[in-house]
Amino acid sequence: MTLAGLSLAYLKDRALNTALNILLLTLSVATLVILVLFSSQLSERFARDAQGIDLVVGAKGSPLQLILSSIYQVDVPTGNIPLETLETLRADPTVAEVIPLALGDSFRSYRIVGTESAYVEHYNGRMAEGRMFEAPYETVIGAQVARGTGAGLGQKFEGSHGLSGDGHVHEQTPFEVVGILAPTGTVLDRLIVTPVASVWGAHGFGTGPSEDHDDHEDHEHETAGHDEHAGHDHEHDDHEHEHDDVAHDDDAAHHADEAELEVTALLVKYRSSLAAVRLPTFINRQTQLQAAAPAVEMTRLLSLLGVGIDAVRAFAILLMITSGLSIFVALYSALRQREGDMAMLRVMGARPPAIFGHIVLEGVLLAAAGALLGVIVGHWVVAFAAATFPQLQDMGLSALRFEPAEAVIVLAAIAMGGLAALVPALKVFRVDIAQTLADTR
Amino acid sequence: MTTPSERLIEVQGLRHEIAGRCVMDVPAFAAGRGEHTLLIGPSGSGKTTLINVITGLITPTSGEVRIDGELMSSLPPAKRDQLRRRTIGVVFQTLRLISALTVRQNLSLAQTLALGHAEPAIIDDLIGQVGLKHRADAMPRELSHGEGQRAAIARALCARPAIVVADEPTSALDDANALAMAELLLSTAETTGATLLIATHDNRLRDRFARTLALTAPQVTA
Repeated sequence: MTLAGLSLAYLKDRALNTALNILLLTLSVATLVILVLFSSQLSERFARDAQGIDLVVGAKGSPLQLILSSIYQVDVPTGNIPLETLETLRADPTVAEVIPLALGDSFRSYRIVGTESAYVEHYNGRMAEGRMFEAPYETVIGAQVARGTGAGLGQKFEGSHGLSGDGHVHEQTPFEVVGILAPTGTVLDRLIVTPVASVWGAHGFGTGPSEDHDDHEDHEHETAGHDEHAGHDHEHDDHEHEHDDVAHDDDAAHHADEAELEVTALLVKYRSSLAAVRLPTFINRQTQLQAAAPAVEMTRLLSLLGVGIDAVRAFAILLMITSGLSIFVALYSALRQREGDMAMLRVMGARPPAIFGHIVLEGVLLAAAGALLGVIVGHWVVAFAAATFPQLQDMGLSALRFEPAEAVIVLAAIAMGGLAALVPALKVFRVDIAQTLADTR
Repeated sequence: MTTPSERLIEVQGLRHEIAGRCVMDVPAFAAGRGEHTLLIGPSGSGKTTLINVITGLITPTSGEVRIDGELMSSLPPAKRDQLRRRTIGVVFQTLRLISALTVRQNLSLAQTLALGHAEPAIIDDLIGQVGLKHRADAMPRELSHGEGQRAAIARALCARPAIVVADEPTSALDDANALAMAELLLSTAETTGATLLIATHDNRLRDRFARTLALTAPQVTA
């Protein structure tokens, strides 16, 4: 039996008190760990999805909504913009790359994104199976989509209008899976990617894979009827008007289609810093368009969320200080009862520094147990949350990732336990053994 | 009498005052190896103070104490702890077993503190000698007073100290138990080779010890 063993024996001897102190610390450490896991994984995910995208161009509306809908694929789009904007931006020498996005449809709540192969390349998407789409209605699906729907290569499916998965089904516009992507840890994992033309086709613009020309008018009509849906709220009156024209002249209809072609948003990468100065102003001056910088909007969002996170963090730190105080009180009163024991330890030849270490160790052991349990509970809660709420899984929340900040929390908790034991332990150096022996008969 | 080199405990001109009042006055006393001594006197005669000075827990106002040839009374505190650890085992009336440890663990801790390591064979042996084999893993609060005393004696002896000091070990006991306690102290000290110094106001023990040191309440000095 050593003095270290004695520390453990004392903790065991007042088991309920020890358990309550550990529990208190476990709760505060777990809260901090959960906060760390959420905020670090969330902001990392935010950063990864927006990496390399300097500007998003879309319809007028909330800039945050534009960023959320077109980069993170979580909110409804602000509307559509004319396809010609794509050509205008591509012609701009200060722009390095423009990727178009056409949104509005989904399959079993996985979003169908009409775009170009550059979008997949932007997120370093590699084919796990199959190939990249080449023709309209060919789709490449993200790893999570493949897992969630069980779809394999050659699987045909029909998209439904709207992003929630319970909208109108576009019949006779079957998509086909031609490629499945390996996991990228980005938004790409939960998307169905297809050429822009597929989305146009599904809504009656352009030509579908098996449609003949006679069907065209009906689809044109359908599209107009759907315009109230999110992402398609372009000028209704104009549309009706054009629809009349179409009814009169097939050739004119084709012409009108070309003029009508729209996309939902454009992801822009700058070539030179000059673009950052010039381009947003240029775009925002146009009545239909708005430009939003992901970095600016996400900073804004995180600072809004940040207030809440800071409040919870302050609460957790308060809880941690409380548990430190509780350890202090427990050790202080326990050591008062043990003054006779400590005097006896001295009589048996234990040196004061050794007894001091033995008392501090008691606080450290308490804190270490609470801290380690807190980390385990924190990760367990995150795992439970990720398993319970699919949205959290979508964000890529993982309970198996450990952050360096957790080590800081654990060390801080242990240091606090040692600190709480310090005051009672220092009494060892001042104690008069003969007097204590007389007082504690 | 013993020669100076054989003297385990040697006291000379020892006097201790608290707030100007003399609480202990021992002009001279010596005990050699195996010379068990009974320290007797009424309450307030300075028995506990003498024991505290001999074990190095307090520094006397004047005079000196040598333990196994070393001048305990003028050593610095750390050296005193070391000397005590090496040479003296203590039994208190209130036992002072560590409450969170079993009997066996109490002995093991005492041995580790004194020797730097535990010797389980010696511990088991001693526990057997004091008749606590069946209570070796009991907590102190589960022991009867008699069992607790036997455990405290075993603990004082487990590091095989040259001197075992006992402060009023029998005062709370009836006649039969007091004598049994004295027998136990004497017999276990015999097997480990320890020299006993027992402070008591209990006259029942007088017959068992050949040597006594009688203290009287010191005169109040101005």
